Amino acid sequence: MKAFAQLLDALSFQHGRNGKIALLRRYIEATPDPDRGWALAALTGDLSLRQAKPALVRGLVMERVDEVLFKLSYDYVGDLAETVALIWPEQPGANRIPSVSELIETVEQAGKTELPGILSAWFDAMTATERWATIKLITGALRIGVSARLAKTALAQHAGIETDAVEEVWHAVEAPYGDLLAWLDGKGPRPDPSHSAAFRPVMLAHPLNEADLEDYDPREFRAEWKWDGIRVQIVGESGKLRLYTRTGDEIGAAFPDLIEGLELDATLDGELLVMRDHVVAPFADLQKRLNRKTVSAKMMTSHPVHVRLYDILIRSGQDLRALPFDQRRRELETWFKAHSPAAMDLSDLVPFATWEDLATHRSTNLTTGVEGLMLKRGDSAYLPGRPKGPWFKWKRDPQLIDAVLMYAQRGHGKRSSFYSDFTFGVWRDGEIVPVGKAYFGFTDEELQQLDKWVRNNSTERFGPVRAVKQELVLEVAFEGLQRSPRHKSGVAMRFPRISRIRWDKPAAEADVIETLEAMLP
Amino acid sequence: MRDRYGERAGNVLEESRYGQPVTIGDVTVTLRPAGHVLGSAQAVLEHRGERIVVSGDYKRRRDPTCAPFEPVACDVFITEATFALPVFRHPDDAAEMQRLLSVRDTFPDRALLIGAYSLGKAQRIICLLREAGHDRPIYIHGALEAINATYRSFGVDLGELRAVMETPKAQMAGEIVVAPPSTLNDRWSRRLPDPVTCFASGWMGVRARARQRGVEVPLVISDHADWDELNRTLDEVAAPHVWVTHGAEEALIHAAKQRGFNARALSLVGYDEDAE
Repeated sequence: MKAFAQLLDALSFQHGRNGKIALLRRYIEATPDPDRGWALAALTGDLSLRQAKPALVRGLVMERVDEVLFKLSYDYVGDLAETVALIWPEQPGANRIPSVSELIETVEQAGKTELPGILSAWFDAMTATERWATIKLITGALRIGVSARLAKTALAQHAGIETDAVEEVWHAVEAPYGDLLAWLDGKGPRPDPSHSAAFRPVMLAHPLNEADLEDYDPREFRAEWKWDGIRVQIVGESGKLRLYTRTGDEIGAAFPDLIEGLELDATLDGELLVMRDHVVAPFADLQKRLNRKTVSAKMMTSHPVHVRLYDILIRSGQDLRALPFDQRRRELETWFKAHSPAAMDLSDLVPFATWEDLATHRSTNLTTGVEGLMLKRGDSAYLPGRPKGPWFKWKRDPQLIDAVLMYAQRGHGKRSSFYSDFTFGVWRDGEIVPVGKAYFGFTDEELQQLDKWVRNNSTERFGPVRAVKQELVLEVAFEGLQRSPRHKSGVAMRFPRISRIRWDKPAAEADVIETLEAMLP
Repeated sequence: MRDRYGERAGNVLEESRYGQPVTIGDVTVTLRPAGHVLGSAQAVLEHRGERIVVSGDYKRRRDPTCAPFEPVACDVFITEATFALPVFRHPDDAAEMQRLLSVRDTFPDRALLIGAYSLGKAQRIICLLREAGHDRPIYIHGALEAINATYRSFGVDLGELRAVMETPKAQMAGEIVVAPPSTLNDRWSRRLPDPVTCFASGWMGVRARARQRGVEVPLVISDHADWDELNRTLDEVAAPHVWVTHGAEEALIHAAKQRGFNARALSLVGYDEDAE
């Protein structure tokens, strides 16, 4: 538990992706089995202990600590798990600190009445960081900013292979992953992913550089609409059925309306959308159904989900990924005709003869939910990751507004000495109201200029945030607007970024809120 | 004082040694080590057989750069209370240093930038690093030079120090840099290769405080007594009256009263009408 507690502690303060990967690698390489496997399971969400409620932990500490002192401390620290971890009166040598696997095993097997005594005895022997990590682990609230994908990337780097290669076998193995880790250490065979309804790494596209179009032959490409939902993979294999995000996170439990009763012996690639009467709803509707562990009947009725199918990877145990797109498309159509599952349909192919044709389609289709076009070579195999060349996404042009810089915040990691997160606003009734926040889109050189401008034009400081003179105009690009009661301005942007710094433009000429309201779907 | 404060140190400075009584009016003042930083002292005031000790800032754990705190029995003990909450229990210094060295080894391409107050903390960190086996040169910010020199003149061995200003950026990858805390998120840090920011302070024991400063590695190293040290000191000096100042007075007063001390906040002494 010592090393795992230190890992969680270090991860919780590490903002950078590479920094997190380095910490994870160091842990994986220095920790024996099965501890490192259980730790991975906890980090990736494969293991979720919910044996203890925060109230139990609070009760334990109140038996040992003066009430007034606890209250003063809790008021100061503000977080219950942390207050308990820090205030617990240690009795070094009172007990032995369990290993991660011992801890998990003991907690899982302990009866309700035994658990408090076991925890107290551990807490006596632990350091504050170890108690904090233990409380996080047993209350199922790890939240330290490590995605399953990131943990897999660390494993892949440890073994010197691609993350997708880890992904491919991930769902065929179970915590504490002895066979997987043996393979990654070069000490065992590759786990066999067939028959386990495992996730297959998704094929992604590069953005299209329009200038390159003239080098491509339109006859070699197929076009489809790019839908604004989330990419998913539905896998049915040996009686198992799973729904994955494009990063391999399993989300089936939150979509029983989609997968319950579905009989499937195939691996399908598609877009998860909220649809009502065959019409795609805005992304904001889908968002209500994401990041949940379960879903209410009411939500399933008000926000019904649907999958628009793009591709078929495996059919009846036969791997189709090496076949060209055109052939897979025929397989997909045949499969769909034979099964026509209720909550699915086929993504249409957009007919075109020339690139000009397609450009017209792209600019005239204003259907809600259409983000642009996908171009796929007819002869393209289904490859993991983002290969250069076979697939392109040709998004609609972003929407642009001119906004006024209001606040700037220091970034993290490499950017911790730079003001790099910018809040901007537009005019409403003679004052500027905030409409969004962006922290990319600018070059390193522009960042230096912005940083300097912020430092020279600050009006107030609030910790890491500075308010600035409302004088600098930023051209902000974004992918659509949504209504948002949480924002003072009533609107929220998707993917806002700074596309240009308008040093030349006076703030008085920046956009007004009515312009944004007119852009709402 | 002059090295730290320059002209602001005061017009007339009088040197005094530990344990050497000085008489001011009819009060005898004797300085005793406080263990806070080099030269830090408690003031022992004696007047007609009554003794008041003003602790000033102090700590009780071992510090290789200064003389340890000497408990002095007294009638009134005026104590600091910077970390007077039971959530402040500073961990073992050596364990913190081992954690720091493991960070150094995890990021061989990045400099490890430790923010530490220039008077006392910086020198103590350097000594603790030496004790933990870090014998490579340590790179320092120019603001530390004068006080480092003072410490050296009092026989504190800091090992090989180099100025960041005179070192090429790439050479500091995988090395340890010590600088004042204000530099952590300052433009100054850009002269270091992708620094891992560490902050050495007792406040770092609380995660929200560390996050506020945006540090990647909070180091809980403090020159102030933690909760256990404060309470142990009250027991050792065994003064019937304890006046608490500078910090979280309420919790320490509560704990002291429970053990039979007549404890109150210094700011209230003389203002409380119900007194005695």
